[in-house]
Amino acid sequence: MISAIAFYLFASITLLSAIMVITARNPVHSVLFLILAFFNAAGLFVLLGAEFIAMILVIVYVGAVAVLFLFVVMMLDISFTDLRKGAMQYVPVGLIAGGILLFELISIFVAWGFAKAADDNIASPTPDASEITNTEALGQILYTDYVFPFQVAGLILLVAMIGAIVLTHRHRPGVRKQKVADQQSRKRSEAMELKKVTPRTGI
Amino acid sequence: MELFEIGLAHYLSLAALLFTLGVFGIFLNRKNVIVILMCIELMLLAVNINFVAFSAHLGDLTGQVFALFILTVAAAEAAIGLAILVVLFRTHGTIAVEDISTMKG
Repeated sequence: MISAIAFYLFASITLLSAIMVITARNPVHSVLFLILAFFNAAGLFVLLGAEFIAMILVIVYVGAVAVLFLFVVMMLDISFTDLRKGAMQYVPVGLIAGGILLFELISIFVAWGFAKAADDNIASPTPDASEITNTEALGQILYTDYVFPFQVAGLILLVAMIGAIVLTHRHRPGVRKQKVADQQSRKRSEAMELKKVTPRTGI
Repeated sequence: MELFEIGLAHYLSLAALLFTLGVFGIFLNRKNVIVILMCIELMLLAVNINFVAFSAHLGDLTGQVFALFILTVAAAEAAIGLAILVVLFRTHGTIAVEDISTMKG
């Protein structure tokens, strides 16, 4: 009973904040509602027994991705009211497309059922939660059965990081920076010269 | 009572509604790239809810592993997308989708 109430609470707040994300006039409000939606989705994951995914959702999405969105929205100096002009003319076609999609998804859920063999084809059964925590169980299969996808995921993150830096880093003229290579390749002959000074004449 | 026994169907319905909202948001905000990126995040969240719900229902941890990978790819996608957006704003001075037509033949 209590879990049902918790589910309806989390689910309704998730859906309402998703509606606010797409309808808010100010993108900053959109980002804040996106954060609320992620928090409530994390609550749903906890209800499902996936504590690790829930915590990762809070850390990665709320802590990194949403804050990145917030930075970009606040950094760019854009008139967002101009961007919303004429938005209402796309509501009918959006409603039609979304309605068709929702209808199709619901008709799949109504007509679909598990295959008889589904229970025999479980790749890595969830261990008993009283013996081993969700995080430990995930780690035990992530670092053994799925070590190659795990490494590839790390590589994707590395490429994304390098790509983001390369894209946004710009060379500004007129800014003095330390040039280590120039300093290292400097020779004594170009840095100083010896002068013969005769007394009482100066150079 | 059916309504108070939360099962797979409840989570799947929630994910379907969330996904539809994401699609509808793309139509509604089709000029603003930032909100479109946020709508994509919403759709990925719906996919993740589906994966975790099936994982819990079938007793198979693989779904949660896959949700983890989706999370990784979504984070990378958001970082690259926003970086492109910043560069675009620097060079074009706008982020309206219809103004991004440089590569149109």
